[in-house]
Amino acid sequence: MSANVAALFYLAAGVLFILALRGLSSPATSRRGNLFGMVGMTIAILTTLGLAAPTATSWILILLGLGIGGFIGAKTAREIPMTMMPELIAAFHSLVGLAAVFVAASALYAPSAFGILADPANPALGIKGGSLFEMALGVAIGAITFTGSVIAFAKLSGRMSGKPILLPMRHAINAALGLLLVFVIYSFIQSAGSAWLFWLIVFLSLLIGVLIIIPIGGADMPVVISMLNSYSGWAAAGIGFTLGNIALIITGALVGSSGAILSYIMCKGMNRQFLSVIAGGFGGETAGAAAGGGEQKPVKLGSAEDAAYVLKNAAKVIIVPGYGMAVAQAQHALREMADALKKAGVEVKYAIHPVAGRMPGHMNVLLAEANVPYDEVFELEDINSEFSQADAVYVIGANDVVNPAAEEDKTSPIYGMPVLQVWKAGTVFFNKRSLASGYAGIDNPVFYRDNTVMVLGDAKKMTEEIVKALAH
Amino acid sequence: MARAVLLALTAAMFMPTAAFAAEGGGHVSPSVYEFMVFVIAVFVGYYVVWSVTPALHTPLMSVTNAISSVIVVGALLAVGVSLTASDSAVAKIFGFLALTMASVNIFGGFLVTNRMLSMYKKKDAPVKKDG
Repeated sequence: MSANVAALFYLAAGVLFILALRGLSSPATSRRGNLFGMVGMTIAILTTLGLAAPTATSWILILLGLGIGGFIGAKTAREIPMTMMPELIAAFHSLVGLAAVFVAASALYAPSAFGILADPANPALGIKGGSLFEMALGVAIGAITFTGSVIAFAKLSGRMSGKPILLPMRHAINAALGLLLVFVIYSFIQSAGSAWLFWLIVFLSLLIGVLIIIPIGGADMPVVISMLNSYSGWAAAGIGFTLGNIALIITGALVGSSGAILSYIMCKGMNRQFLSVIAGGFGGETAGAAAGGGEQKPVKLGSAEDAAYVLKNAAKVIIVPGYGMAVAQAQHALREMADALKKAGVEVKYAIHPVAGRMPGHMNVLLAEANVPYDEVFELEDINSEFSQADAVYVIGANDVVNPAAEEDKTSPIYGMPVLQVWKAGTVFFNKRSLASGYAGIDNPVFYRDNTVMVLGDAKKMTEEIVKALAH
Repeated sequence: MARAVLLALTAAMFMPTAAFAAEGGGHVSPSVYEFMVFVIAVFVGYYVVWSVTPALHTPLMSVTNAISSVIVVGALLAVGVSLTASDSAVAKIFGFLALTMASVNIFGGFLVTNRMLSMYKKKDAPVKKDG
């Protein structure tokens, strides 16, 4: 296959990937979009096989690699529960990062095959400077993505505490490591491709990846995963430049932008600056004076029967799901409750806050899994004005996203964050496991309002009891 | 903040100029064309991703992860490296590992995205009132 033909095929793959993302503008077009993505990937793989014209031994390795990887990937995709989606995404990102490191390593050890020698007639002169720069970027970002995603995976899957791990002088250490990395990259380029400098870049980047993610608290993970998503794109682009491959370059740009936009949306949803989230140290610690100890202000406690009675007789109910629902796996019980209410003639809507959960769109996918129709699910901007018309609200596993302190209390750490104005409804039924504070470590004034009834208990159990009570 | 990012991006776009300037001659080098494609693709990505509905942000992450595994192209080239080159065995092994990892992501990524997307359903019929 000629290089020109291959390049055009790679372009086709890139265009199909663009269409795949475009398909996600609505659920109706999304599955077709995903199919475009699969076709694009197939074209890219077949084109490469046509270009490389592998020998028999290589074919065996290729089929083995595709087969083993494909089997593991397909099995995981089929069996993973939706509530484990955040950690799965983190794990997948780590694989892309590591793959980028390994591809860069192959290019380093067999530069003639990749066409990156400074002078093909004289291999002793090493690899050309531009390629080394691109390779260094690709491998550094890839390594950071790898370890960063592994840490994110550990935090999300509970293998590691969500509490920030703060090393002394961590900003100084990170800055020093960053500068050292820049220096080593510069030396690497000057050396025309020294292997040990390459591995030093890898080592430093792996370390930086760990150090930048460990200080970030568990519920800031939506920003972290989006950021790592973005990095995996830039790593792919870096490798794409090294190999002169258009498909990789286009894809890297798409994925990089996508992750960056998601990070931005997540930060806006928390009203925090990206740099402040990355600097870490927020959340997860035992909170200040506001939460926990001291006098308990009076709250109205209610039972499932109380909630069922009011919800059944409401004309309009809005449900606000949060991370607690995901942890308790209560989404199915929640949908049963909504079905029972709809049968009783109640209008039911769901209100989703952009950072509810541990990943962008987390709540939406859990509700979809529970067969909640997506046209009953609304984002904050669209549904916030309707709370004043709702007779009742059921808050399940959410806390900081419905805290009025974000609007009223200038001293609050969450001040300025957009929140769902649940207190404007007739009655608010607030489900939590206990009266302890949420992620931000602060108290929620909604608990103490006259129109709020706390229905304490596990999200799934409480919702199931309400379903039972509704059946009476 | 947005302004700072724009300035940083513009500055970053001039960084490769030093690398490109070294390659002489009157013709535009392929690296410059690649960079042009990259810049335009970033803009395309920006507009396309902003059009993604928030309800589908999770499948967006899984599908972008799947397509970033097009790094499999590099892995396939690495595995296909001819054994006559020196250090090619090392390159082949790294290529094989990268290929396996990328395959997990390709199959896993597209299939899990498909699984999620097939869960999204609209209300099929108007709700009947009781009694």
